[in-house]
Amino acid sequence: MSGNDYDVIIIGAGSVGVPLAMSLAERKLKTLVLEGGPSVGQGQNKCAIGGVRATHSDGAKIKACLRSLEIFSTWKEKRGDDIGWIRGGYAFPVYEEADEAVLKELLKIQLSFGLNIGWLAPDKMRVLLPGITEKELRGGTYAPDDGSASPLLAINAFYRRALVLGAEFRFKEPVTEIISGNGMVTGVVTALGRYRARWVVNAAGADAAEVSDMAGVKVPVNPDCHEAGITEPVERFFEPMVVDIRPGDKSKNYYFYQNSEGQIVFCLTPRPPIWGKDTRSTSQFLPEVSKRMTALMPNLANIKVRRTWRGLYPMTPDGFPIVDFPAALKGYALAVGMCGQGFMLGPGLGEAIAAHIAGKPSADDKEILAGFRLERNFSGQEKLK
Amino acid sequence: MLEPEEKKKLRFTFEGRELEAFEDEVISSALIAAGIKIFSHHKKDGSPQGIFCANGQCAQCTVVADGLPVKACVTKVKEGMKVAALNGLPKMPRTVCVQELGRVEEIETDALIVGGGPSGLAAAAELGKLNIPTLIIDDKHKLGGKLVLQTHKFFGSVEDCFAGTRGIDIADKLEDRLKAYPSVKVWTNAVCAAVFSDKRAGVVYNGVYYLIKPRAFISATGAREKTLAFAGNTLPGVYGAGAFQTLVNRDLVRPSKNLFIAGGGNVGLIAAYHALQAGIKVAGLIEALDHCGGYKVHLDKIKRLGVPVYTRHTVVSANGKNGVESVTMAQVDADFKPVKGTEKTFAADTLLVAVGLNSVSEFHDQATAFGMNAFVCGDAEEIAEASAAMFSGRITAHKVLKSLGVMTGPVPQFWFERLQTLKSRPGITQERAVTDKDKAVYPVLHCRQEIPCDPCATVCPKKSIKIPKNDMMAVPKFEGECIGCFKCLLICPGLAVTIVDKRKDRQLPTVALPFEIGRGLVKKGDSVKLTDCEGAELGDAQVVDVKDFKAENTLIVIAKTTAAAADKAAGLKLYKAQNPQTAGGDFSSMSDEVIICRCERVSLGEIRKAIRSGIRDLNQLKAVTRAGMGACGAKTCASLIAGIYKSEGVDLKEVTALSQRPLFAEVPLGTFSNIKCRTEEEEKASWSGF
Repeated sequence: MSGNDYDVIIIGAGSVGVPLAMSLAERKLKTLVLEGGPSVGQGQNKCAIGGVRATHSDGAKIKACLRSLEIFSTWKEKRGDDIGWIRGGYAFPVYEEADEAVLKELLKIQLSFGLNIGWLAPDKMRVLLPGITEKELRGGTYAPDDGSASPLLAINAFYRRALVLGAEFRFKEPVTEIISGNGMVTGVVTALGRYRARWVVNAAGADAAEVSDMAGVKVPVNPDCHEAGITEPVERFFEPMVVDIRPGDKSKNYYFYQNSEGQIVFCLTPRPPIWGKDTRSTSQFLPEVSKRMTALMPNLANIKVRRTWRGLYPMTPDGFPIVDFPAALKGYALAVGMCGQGFMLGPGLGEAIAAHIAGKPSADDKEILAGFRLERNFSGQEKLK
Repeated sequence: MLEPEEKKKLRFTFEGRELEAFEDEVISSALIAAGIKIFSHHKKDGSPQGIFCANGQCAQCTVVADGLPVKACVTKVKEGMKVAALNGLPKMPRTVCVQELGRVEEIETDALIVGGGPSGLAAAAELGKLNIPTLIIDDKHKLGGKLVLQTHKFFGSVEDCFAGTRGIDIADKLEDRLKAYPSVKVWTNAVCAAVFSDKRAGVVYNGVYYLIKPRAFISATGAREKTLAFAGNTLPGVYGAGAFQTLVNRDLVRPSKNLFIAGGGNVGLIAAYHALQAGIKVAGLIEALDHCGGYKVHLDKIKRLGVPVYTRHTVVSANGKNGVESVTMAQVDADFKPVKGTEKTFAADTLLVAVGLNSVSEFHDQATAFGMNAFVCGDAEEIAEASAAMFSGRITAHKVLKSLGVMTGPVPQFWFERLQTLKSRPGITQERAVTDKDKAVYPVLHCRQEIPCDPCATVCPKKSIKIPKNDMMAVPKFEGECIGCFKCLLICPGLAVTIVDKRKDRQLPTVALPFEIGRGLVKKGDSVKLTDCEGAELGDAQVVDVKDFKAENTLIVIAKTTAAAADKAAGLKLYKAQNPQTAGGDFSSMSDEVIICRCERVSLGEIRKAIRSGIRDLNQLKAVTRAGMGACGAKTCASLIAGIYKSEGVDLKEVTALSQRPLFAEVPLGTFSNIKCRTEEEEKASWSGF
């Protein structure tokens, strides 16, 4: 193989592309990651707040995230670098009857997959989340094995590991053309050169649809905006990721947790959704998230907000990712449409995709990808996005 | 020379110790007045933390006041306040009740000016003259910006920018002028926390959050101090000259007995002079270049008083365990690296870093990026003297008017010329002028360096001091008649005019010297040591009179001496220079342990390692090391990190800059929805009467 020949080229050094590069390099595949940004994780990865949970409603997602949880939670002991992992669990406190019904229905599915999750009575929820508003609190679900990690530290740890294993990365070098012929991908073109590869993986996050157009494969991925923020660090006073699924005036759900540094990290889903790629902060977000968080946990009122930002959820019509090898174009792979869950799905999906490319997928690997086909009717809905 | 006003006293405690503060005094000043320099210990390594910027920009002075972590430098003491050191992470108090969720008021205005310093105030006045609805906000409790710290008389020209008046008095004059313009609203204690892409600015005014929607956004946000990396640079007692002036000149606190200063620009030179005025010894002042960049008159003032000035020297280390005990300097080589074997160590309890200013540009940058009708003036645009900032504010106001479609005449051309002149760096230094020995009474103009300043020429009733109208930079010339009225002597900001009087005795004339160090230090009948303009001793002389000009807050010391000495005399030597030890210090200013990011305590070694691993994106550097992730938002370390890249041989063009995001300042979460709530502590306090 000459210098510009690779087994796999990954487009995008983000939440999915970087752990995928690591998994491919582990399997001794010659891997190149091409990224338009200046370094790893400069797209939506750094906008992620860091939650990692397996407690979804769908088998493929659950399996992928269980893999991710295994990687995040054992990283420090295996590799030595601190990625800010905390096994703090996920809590969904509930104040409304309808929400209780939805979550209890979901709980049955989650328990059927063997997940460690249960319903907490209001008094238990108050112990878990000290200072939570008690009025009309009906309890909620709690999944103790879920957790969180720092997206910033994690992606850099994966990146260093990928480099050690021999993966190559080129930054500030966006792909301008995907080369194909006879129904087969053969490489890509950038402003700086042409690269040949047997496989080209689209892991371009919010730009996935445009990148896929270069391959002539339409993918239904449209980003919408979510706004997030981080506070000063304070002494730990609660453990889990807290998700409030009620809608507010100008928002749907929001969620927050206290990271390994003691900072509260929070994120809000605007209502109606704001479609597009404008990631500049607006004046709407802080008053709305302030109102909602302090109403739920008044203790948060005095914690100083340090920084805010706006990130993109690359959405698919049904809220599930698209991870597939489209039959129309041999050698082209999609790892797109993560719907805001790229950080938690990335490492698990990376292993499954790498196993497929290496040609030795396990039953588990097959099951994960089977759930995320491009050829599906997209009419279903993820129970809790 | 400042007389403390009579102020009400408040009682508060620090770590259980009973202390007093003046009404309206901020916590940091009250603590320093009580001799407390260590406010907290850092969460990462327990290192002692004290005051640093004293300007609400960093968070190094954080303490816990009545249960809440606050910046001590911008939080006023309240009666009965319980202040505690912050050791590690703050524990948040329980909020016992949420009384109501408020709403956020949105205010529309034609112009929003962020920053009430000289440029912002000048801009506001220009807009006010044309009745433009204008809101000017400032994060301090008082308008004036850095003017309120400046006790020295200003340079520049009398007619345009109050030259010869002390900065603190200029602030009052500018503020008073605004009262004539009803369309100008003033908010003090108002922090601009963010600007947003929907062209609104988020402002916290006295704890209430507002969204301001201006048709023009004017950043008059001033400058912040640069800092240096050296061993011991985060010890309590190492801080900026601006912080020092805040303590000494605004809050009338004497934070030091013995000071050492790094930096020979105007800021460092003036700080040295202010220290001497406050009765603080100055052990030395160093400058890395061949000569001090500040005005020669400022340099000469401190030399005359006996401050040793060392050029081509740098700080090697600040030494001490819990605070500065001594400072080690060394000569620098051609690359400005300290030369081993040239160390000298001075006893000092404080080290001021005065190595220049950076524009506070983030407000303008963000407003511009968001497509606002954005303007910038004063130091936020370009670092210069306050006199230049006032012109910059006026000129900017006219640009604003034009953008708002307000009909107004063209900006007078001479404003631009004045702005250029006032921004000028000092020019050449001329030979000593020949004095008019035959005259009975005459001024000696020791001002020989070309600087933009003309009050002496303006004030002379006989028009005998000449500076060409169109060349303010020219050095003044005396031609004609002198009546010995002292007006030139009293107005000169550089203390560079003396008056020789031979009317009574031609052989033993008197020389009148301006003196601002303090009343009562020199009395009639004292024997004093005269010095020439640059501090060389001219022998002893007897004081025949001391005149106190209260309006100018200046003394004139009149001494009898020989005719030759009288012509040369320019000051009194008050202090003996300290003999430094020729050893000691921690010669590791380039070592890996030096702290670069103070907020997160990230060391030079960690940053070097990251750079050497190939990181060329400051966002990635921040992700990996946490440098720039702290409370100050990389305001302090950004320029140091740029310097490290350079010293590692990396072209800064290859390095991706940090993304700028809201917020400019930390704000409590509840404030954004104007929530009304009470903490457990407040609840307890409200019940204590029962």
